[in-house]
Amino acid sequence: MITLRTLATATAVVLGVGTAAPAQTLNFAYDADPVSLDPHEQLSGGTLQLSHMVFDPLVRWNKDLGFDPRLAESWERIDETTMRFHLRDGVTFHSGNEMTAEDVVWTIERLQSSPDFKGVFSSWTSAEVVDEDTVEIKTDGANPLVLHTATYVFPMDKAFYEEGGAEIAKHGNSFASRNVSGTGPFTVEDREQGVKVVFERNPDYWDASSPGNVQTAVLTPIKEAPTRVAALLSGDVDFIAPVPPTDLQRIDNDPETKLVTMTGTRIITLQMNQERHEALANPMVRQAIAHAINNEGIVQKIMKGFGTVAAQQSPEGYVGHNPDLEPRYDVARAQELMTEAGYADGFEATMMCPNNRYVNDFKICEAAAAMLAKIGVDIDLTTMPKAQYWPKFDERAADIMMIGWHSDTEDSANFNEFLTMTPDADTGRGQYNSGNYSNAEVDALTIASLTETDPEKRAEMLQRVEAILYEEAAFIPFHWQDLAWGARDGVMIEDVVNVMNFPYLGDLVIKQ
Amino acid sequence: MHILAFLLRRSVQAVIVMFVISLIGFSIQDNLGDPLRELVGQSVSEQERDLMREEMGLNDPFFVQYFRFLGNAVQGDLGTSYFFKRPALEVIMDKFPATFELVLGAVFIFLSLSIPAGIYCAIHRDSWITRFIMSASIVGISVPVFLTAIGMVWLFGVELGWLPAFGRGDTLELPWGWETGLLTWEGLSHLILPSVTLSSIMLPLFIRLIRAEMMETMSTDYVRFAKAKGLSTSRVRYVHAFRNTLLPVVTVGGLMIGTLIAYTILTETVFQWPGMGFLFLEAVNRVDTPLIIAYIIVVGLIFVVVNTLVDFLYTLINPMVKLPGAKS
Repeated sequence: MITLRTLATATAVVLGVGTAAPAQTLNFAYDADPVSLDPHEQLSGGTLQLSHMVFDPLVRWNKDLGFDPRLAESWERIDETTMRFHLRDGVTFHSGNEMTAEDVVWTIERLQSSPDFKGVFSSWTSAEVVDEDTVEIKTDGANPLVLHTATYVFPMDKAFYEEGGAEIAKHGNSFASRNVSGTGPFTVEDREQGVKVVFERNPDYWDASSPGNVQTAVLTPIKEAPTRVAALLSGDVDFIAPVPPTDLQRIDNDPETKLVTMTGTRIITLQMNQERHEALANPMVRQAIAHAINNEGIVQKIMKGFGTVAAQQSPEGYVGHNPDLEPRYDVARAQELMTEAGYADGFEATMMCPNNRYVNDFKICEAAAAMLAKIGVDIDLTTMPKAQYWPKFDERAADIMMIGWHSDTEDSANFNEFLTMTPDADTGRGQYNSGNYSNAEVDALTIASLTETDPEKRAEMLQRVEAILYEEAAFIPFHWQDLAWGARDGVMIEDVVNVMNFPYLGDLVIKQ
Repeated sequence: MHILAFLLRRSVQAVIVMFVISLIGFSIQDNLGDPLRELVGQSVSEQERDLMREEMGLNDPFFVQYFRFLGNAVQGDLGTSYFFKRPALEVIMDKFPATFELVLGAVFIFLSLSIPAGIYCAIHRDSWITRFIMSASIVGISVPVFLTAIGMVWLFGVELGWLPAFGRGDTLELPWGWETGLLTWEGLSHLILPSVTLSSIMLPLFIRLIRAEMMETMSTDYVRFAKAKGLSTSRVRYVHAFRNTLLPVVTVGGLMIGTLIAYTILTETVFQWPGMGFLFLEAVNRVDTPLIIAYIIVVGLIFVVVNTLVDFLYTLINPMVKLPGAKS
């Protein structure tokens, strides 16, 4: 390995790859490695992190939640339901094949056949080749989220995959899960699942303006948080994510390492089941619960400040974020509401939470249960690992259940579609609405927002939804989980990380 | 013939043990969680998941699934891991060398320390070294292994920076496909912390056990007789007395293999050691049922093999002991 690395670095120096900064090796550790090399097999953070290293999207998110052109050089709206993407010229895949509109259309069709991704692309009715460098997308109505969706299109090498085997295998072996040819800044040199993935810089990378100087990147999954932190502090790795709240201070204080944090977009909530429990169907009781929960206290004490207190689903920066909504912790008011609702003596309810899914998930639930005891709500809390939790969640097995949600489209409507719209098995809407909350206006506004292309009107609709949900206390918001990365000094990770948590490592600069 | 009959009997036992384990493993799999949840993203609909469940045969009745499994198992196929997408047995065998070398390291450490320490403490009962070893071993027994592990990582990995904090380092591949970390300094340096951690569970226990047994043997008649006969002190101690001390030690040692395997799960997880124990914990987290079941069957087999070896060792140490089940 050492000789290989040295050799690679030496080659890079001789060739004078790209930039002035000397080529570097990056050792980094995440809590898991990607499940597959097939970017369409599982829609997860790990897959997207890999995709941004080995592939390039048509467009990608920038720090301000806007879009930067990548393989699509530009785009134009032809009419309400049609969008044209003009592709970059002279981009080649790792196999040497040239990237054309054919590959892009083929990729989109493959995405639409993937169980995990078809939901994201459900509103795209067709993708067609106009000419070698132009792709035309048609949607099933006016669609404000075409670019959001295009961030998921990482063109794959059609010829390469068709020759080897393009099948998407969820279980069982497939060519695409073991072999990869993208256009991205890195190629996969070596992969031992669960042990390490070795990436090498793509010498023919199209983006000559990328400042990145990482020649070799080695990803080691380190499951245990303390071990991951120890690996960074001892200098075994240069960059880690995620950083557990307990070690933030330590990494920040160490002169050799630095901490980069960012407000995240994953909302952590409790849902109250209106069908299982009569009291929870009463909006006044739900409001009382919302008033009884000290989510600021939870962020400070349990999350050690590693979260942003929430009063709604949409984080700041999302169109649906309603700036008027404030956290409303007030025990006296909560007690009043309980009395008004006819539950002055309180009631009993069951609660279930995962204990290894979200940061400090079960501690948050324990704290919430203790806070509810103060207004006479006697909680019977059960916590369990996520593997057991999700089947329970599907069964709606408790009166109050925890769920965290990150919007795949970085758009507010996605929260409503999955969490707060009336559950409907046919359309799949409200799939994660374990509270059975139902409000016709919320449903109508959300549906309308999906075809509204005027950003201002759309923002108004989605902010109105947040206001209704707040008013009716449809769910109990805790906080948006912050994101944190730890890095050795000189690894300029702060320039390439983003709120979606897929660092653009191709552009990473390591200073000597 | 005795040995053959004994081995045959043991093989039959092994098959029964593995059969029972597979049945238990299979019957609890529904409580392990829903594997589909781990295979798909959050936004995949329930219908879609159910379709895949049907495709994978997970909706079939228990016995249909179990007999399908048994049918494949007798042909050496314990199922295909959902996560690795390779035969479960193959995945486990890939990780076996790492665990074996870790256990080997731990056994080496605790044997080479506990035997001299135990004997010393039995002979020099009142020396201050004995008192120190005895009190330290109490502390050793009481500290949970993950705490030892994390303490070691912080001290030697981070604060002193002497040893790597995680992983196995680069390995050499031996001709028969065994990946070893024992032949390079890098491999050995990675092995030190995890194997010391793993041995820390056994070490105090064995020191106390050997000491107690040795003290008892030293006061028996035959030892006194040997002394009276005029044998040298060291011959009495290290040949006559120590040999009898070993019997209970081997018995307990054999039983403790189970504990050791259980603790490889913890140790490997903390040190990100790419072995079977870490693999198992990950499989549980991912609800990779075929891999979980294959793992417990393999561990069951290891138990049977180890206990068979222990029985053999018995006859070597004490010729009066007969192999169980071998009628004379």
